[in-house]
Amino acid sequence: MFETLYPILFLVVVAAVLAVALVSMSLIFGRRTRMGKKTEPYECGMTPVGTTKNPVPVKFYMVAILFILFDIEVIFLYPWAVISNKLGTFGFIEMIVFIIILLVGYFYILGRGALKWD
Amino acid sequence: MILISSVKVIVVVVAVLTGCAWSTWLERKVVGHMQHRMGPTFAGPYGLLQPIADFIKLIFKEDIVPSGVERVAYGLAPVLSFIPAMLVFAVVPFAADATLFGHEIKMVISDLNIGILFVFAVTSLGVYGLVMAGWSSGSKYSLLGSLRASAQMISYEVSYGLSIVGIVLIANTLSLRELVEMQGSDSIWFFSNWFVFKQPLGFLLYLTCAIAETNRLPFDMPEAESELVAGYHTEYSSMRFATFFVSEYANMLAVSAVGATLFFGGWQGPYLPSIVWFILKVFCFMFFYIWLRGTFPRFRYDQLMSFGWKVLFPLALLNVIVTAAFVMLD
Repeated sequence: MFETLYPILFLVVVAAVLAVALVSMSLIFGRRTRMGKKTEPYECGMTPVGTTKNPVPVKFYMVAILFILFDIEVIFLYPWAVISNKLGTFGFIEMIVFIIILLVGYFYILGRGALKWD
Repeated sequence: MILISSVKVIVVVVAVLTGCAWSTWLERKVVGHMQHRMGPTFAGPYGLLQPIADFIKLIFKEDIVPSGVERVAYGLAPVLSFIPAMLVFAVVPFAADATLFGHEIKMVISDLNIGILFVFAVTSLGVYGLVMAGWSSGSKYSLLGSLRASAQMISYEVSYGLSIVGIVLIANTLSLRELVEMQGSDSIWFFSNWFVFKQPLGFLLYLTCAIAETNRLPFDMPEAESELVAGYHTEYSSMRFATFFVSEYANMLAVSAVGATLFFGGWQGPYLPSIVWFILKVFCFMFFYIWLRGTFPRFRYDQLMSFGWKVLFPLALLNVIVTAAFVMLD
């Protein structure tokens, strides 16, 4: 356990330290000038109009929710795939039933137009 | 033991960063020649020192923090997109096991028995950095870029996960090390056991989804230069921008390395040392990426989303069912 997890933890630490070091490099070495309009958000040279804290179109939430549903179902396929040789025909039929249920849901959302982007 | 694995971590991190740096050179050179230009030529022979010149230039650039940003998220975003990109390499075996001073050394940072799941878990974390960057920047281009990025990445994640199930069905293991060993062959046809021949559809699906996951052309909607300036990192400058850039290339290297491991036998190969084979395969993938960039125009966003959900997802499910049926009948 420790043997496999320690290197990953160490890699996380190394990557984090490295990332912070990279980011702070130009804080230390970079030029610093302060001019009035320089810190405005970029908008093709015009003065920015409005805010960015607007509501997000609901389609993106739909995609996110559908992603969670389908991704969980994908994760269910992995344990089955690992021991599929031991489960044999029984496991295969069970999984076909599972995938059919998944497909019913998929065609339902397709029919309701949840994946339309126009 | 701790010392050895720490050394491995450091070596891999340095190798990946070097790989990233010279991938930028490769990209500029290859795309340049594809467009009848020379690419970088001034810094060093064939412009080979260009990445170093870029690095030095970026260090001495001014670090501009725009006025409207959410400071915590803005600062964290580059770090959060960099860490997952590096983490993928923890489970990728990069050479055959070696013996040094009587110790057997596994040429992989961590031989996790759930390697594939780890890869997918970590790749999905990459989306947080992008979303935080876009949301915190206070710029409309960044916001649109990150919205697109998040929707695109999670849409392709489903098919990305499904495309590998076929391999797991054949191999009945999730450990990348065992998968590589399974693909070895002593015969003259050294590539006969590569999974790409048993899972051609799975490979195509993996390749397509990997390109979408790393936001590369023709799926580079999140940073579409002609529409969104630079997408989610519009407001980032100097080394903060470079960190995003490096993590994008590290992500490309990661999916290339995982793809080479899963479908092309990882470090397996005759005559040459195993590490050379591995690097060769990874850079074939990288070249393919760059080739795509030099060839294809960008998709439209609705085309991209419906392609992911209506073409790739059913195909991936079909691939799983057909593979399962074949494996069961075998």
